[in-house]
Amino acid sequence: MAHDGIGARLPRKEDRRFITGAGNYTDDIVVRNAAHAEFVRSPHAHARILRIDVSAALRAPGVIGVLTGAELADDKVGGLICGWMIHSKDGSPMRAAPYAPLARDVVRYVGNPVAIVVAETKNEARDAAELVEVEYEELASVVDPAAAQAPGAPQIHAEAPGNTIYQWALGDKGAVDRAFAGAAHRVEVDLINNRLVPNAIEPRAATAIYDRAEGRFTLYTTSQNPHVTRLVLSAFVGLAPEHKLRVVAPDVGGGFWSKIFIYPEETVCLWAARRLGVPVKWAADRRESFLADAHGRDHVTHAEMAFDASHKIVGLRVKTIANLGAYMSTFSSSVPTYLYATLLSGQYDIPAIYAEVDAVYTNTTPVDAYRGAGRPEATYVVERLMDIAARRLRIDAAEIRRKNFIRSFPHQTPVIMNYDTGDYEASLNAALSAARYAEFPARRAEARSRGKLRGIGLSCYIEACGLAPSQAVGSLGGGVGLWESAEVRVNPVGTIEVLTGSHSHGQGHETTFAQLVAERFGVPTDQVSIIHGDTDKVQFGMGTYGSRSAAVGMSAVNKALERVEAKARRIAAHLMEAAESDVELKGGEFVVAGTDKKIAFANVALAAYTAHNLPPGTEPGLKEGAFYDPVNFTFPAGTYVCEVEVDPKTGAVEIVQFTAADDFGTIVNPMIVEGQVHGGLAQGIGQALLEGCRYDRDSGQLVTATFMDYAMPRARDLVSFNVSTTATPCKTNPLGIKGCGEAGAIGSPAAVINAIANAIGVERIEMPATAQRVWETCRAAQAAVAAQ
Amino acid sequence: MDMTGTQHIEAPRDVVWAALNDVEVLRQSIPGCQSIEKVSDTEMNAKVTLKVGPVKATFTGKVTLTDLDPPNGYTITGEGSGGPAGFAKGSAVVRLVEDTASTTLNYEVKAQIGGKLAQLGSRLIDATAKKLATEFFEKFGEAVAPPAEAAAAEPATTEKKRGWFRRLINK
Repeated sequence: MAHDGIGARLPRKEDRRFITGAGNYTDDIVVRNAAHAEFVRSPHAHARILRIDVSAALRAPGVIGVLTGAELADDKVGGLICGWMIHSKDGSPMRAAPYAPLARDVVRYVGNPVAIVVAETKNEARDAAELVEVEYEELASVVDPAAAQAPGAPQIHAEAPGNTIYQWALGDKGAVDRAFAGAAHRVEVDLINNRLVPNAIEPRAATAIYDRAEGRFTLYTTSQNPHVTRLVLSAFVGLAPEHKLRVVAPDVGGGFWSKIFIYPEETVCLWAARRLGVPVKWAADRRESFLADAHGRDHVTHAEMAFDASHKIVGLRVKTIANLGAYMSTFSSSVPTYLYATLLSGQYDIPAIYAEVDAVYTNTTPVDAYRGAGRPEATYVVERLMDIAARRLRIDAAEIRRKNFIRSFPHQTPVIMNYDTGDYEASLNAALSAARYAEFPARRAEARSRGKLRGIGLSCYIEACGLAPSQAVGSLGGGVGLWESAEVRVNPVGTIEVLTGSHSHGQGHETTFAQLVAERFGVPTDQVSIIHGDTDKVQFGMGTYGSRSAAVGMSAVNKALERVEAKARRIAAHLMEAAESDVELKGGEFVVAGTDKKIAFANVALAAYTAHNLPPGTEPGLKEGAFYDPVNFTFPAGTYVCEVEVDPKTGAVEIVQFTAADDFGTIVNPMIVEGQVHGGLAQGIGQALLEGCRYDRDSGQLVTATFMDYAMPRARDLVSFNVSTTATPCKTNPLGIKGCGEAGAIGSPAAVINAIANAIGVERIEMPATAQRVWETCRAAQAAVAAQ
Repeated sequence: MDMTGTQHIEAPRDVVWAALNDVEVLRQSIPGCQSIEKVSDTEMNAKVTLKVGPVKATFTGKVTLTDLDPPNGYTITGEGSGGPAGFAKGSAVVRLVEDTASTTLNYEVKAQIGGKLAQLGSRLIDATAKKLATEFFEKFGEAVAPPAEAAAAEPATTEKKRGWFRRLINK
């Protein structure tokens, strides 16, 4: 194996530029004569627009133009789309309402863009935006998903009566009913999966340019997938045909899905650049990010699980109401359905599952996928139920899980997914042993002597990653195929450029993708460049989200590398006058087996380009492309063990130990994988303990729009994580990779909440488990004990 | 957000009641009031500049008086738009209780804000709204019964002194 091939802990190639401030982000892109945009946004959760007066703003210093929804309609700019069709259980299609980039008649959430002000400087644009007068007639609003369907709730879109977008179901209701009827034990739980604000470190931004000479647009933007941005802006919004629109996503500072969606602001900037005849730059400030980036989660769930007398699960029934906000964002419909209910089997052999999901409109920022996307919500439901069941049935939390693990593969769940491989017992054992689970009672007793309540919580998560087999996606209503493309260009001197449709916004592709090349060709990683994020360079791609880049993107690269290798081998065999079947590629050289004949890879590349002596019928050059379409999802899984100490006097929760044992299949760079797990755990723990997006129930105002009111996890809230891996390589892709980007955020909230519930001795505590909530729960638990 | 408070005023109830209906007294009392003009006996247009944390905005809006019950009290409602800074609206139910030569003014305030102002965070907003309500009723008390007089009437000044002290620490 090459020194920096697969499995090497190679420092990230991109870190030097990131940590020395040399990154090239969207807002760093300097364009001559660029003007600056500021959006006028609704201060109301729900209101009719009676009048917009832009005259004062137009007269303000530096102002180039002020545009509203009326001009957008004049120019026939289309609305934004939700690209995944979901059908209700009665067969009717989801009730998607129009989503205009600038609201024209009605505003439906606080922050809904109403107008764009473009001026010579950012400050002039801001000042002028304050002069845009919008007269509103306030309407009643609803922000709570459960309240949105209540009779008499304010109606948000005429297209969706009762604010209900779809009432979807998955699984066999009859089988579940029968399982429950014959069950020995049943447990149930009501859960809220708290609404989150993504908060990537780099706010969203756009630089839009229209070249009059060529009739061609360029959009630099903070995107996780420039090709799909181009596709939607061309095919649906209709701003320009694809060949007249270049989308570039340069360095992007974190995404977590929030930068994959096609948003109003970038769309409007692109249109404004042509209409006003100036390049338009926009960068959100943090408060704007809180209002305008799609939020995550926001589920209200009732779930029941049935067991037989030997504590084997016989059925699972779930009813969820999912809040999709005021408009349907790009992938929003798929998150609480095919990315959620299909994972409700968890790691367990459950014969019957039935899930119903209602998606509703509310007067809140649109909700879409956020790190984990549906899978954290599913894990939370299943793993909370397992813990409550263990408590009620008085068996050990690890034991009840072990008893129900799936043990033979492939395994077909009752909710679509077919797990190819896994060893859940191995990751459970690894986690329990690293967490010194058996000695926990002694630690609990010691904590009690200090007046602290110590608890331990498990979460055995599974996720479906490697999105996704295109045919399956299409049959489930997805509007795109989720394959990936790659092109490998070997230069005449043997350096290699890899073009990928994946997009790196913190994942380290420039390092890991180069490691794959190093592994196969024996070329040092510094002779390999990874090119991504520019529709002019990479022909097409599906971007990065859903932990898909290594499993799908790298598989595409691998396929292209195989083709390059095949051609290079043919040339090498010709040059060495050997049979192709005798030539192998080893350590950067083609060697003829059993002889000392060899030729360096770089020399073969040069021969391919000089083309002086090629095998008959061989074209010059050394460049191959490939499309890779996965045949199945991948199924990373693992066990997380969280140990907390609760101070019953203050409600403060301290995470004293956190152990993760993940099965990601083949690992390309363990250091990067650990980084992904650490980041995911921090986000999951943030959800469990700190983060909670709140709207005022009466006024619909977002009241957590700053870091003063929305608590992000900081280093002092966390503990040094104890992470390890076990491996059952994925059987459905050539590299055995499962994906690791979301696992931490998927598995950890349930582990944290289970640990707190265990510490206090209660079944229920809602996220985020703030000190106040924990204190109240402790008081109630003490009162209940006293009452007995 | 809801809050309640009490203001003791060294003036008879009918004087206090008259002041509650006096545009000039209201102008002096409303924090940051730039102008106020009477449209009718119960309606006024006002322009008010407020600073909440980093946001400073001028609100233009209406002040209306309802539930008039002379001289026992009324409901005063204000509603203003501060443009992109958002909007603010609030109402106060004011009750006057006569206590020989002085009057106790009880108020119950309901306030609501929206847009950029609301996004500053509830802690900042709640504190500011409390401060503004307190300021309004204190200034009102001063306008009706100027502190100079109160200082002369030594024995009855405990309430006044607290008001003065509170004003000082609020600055």
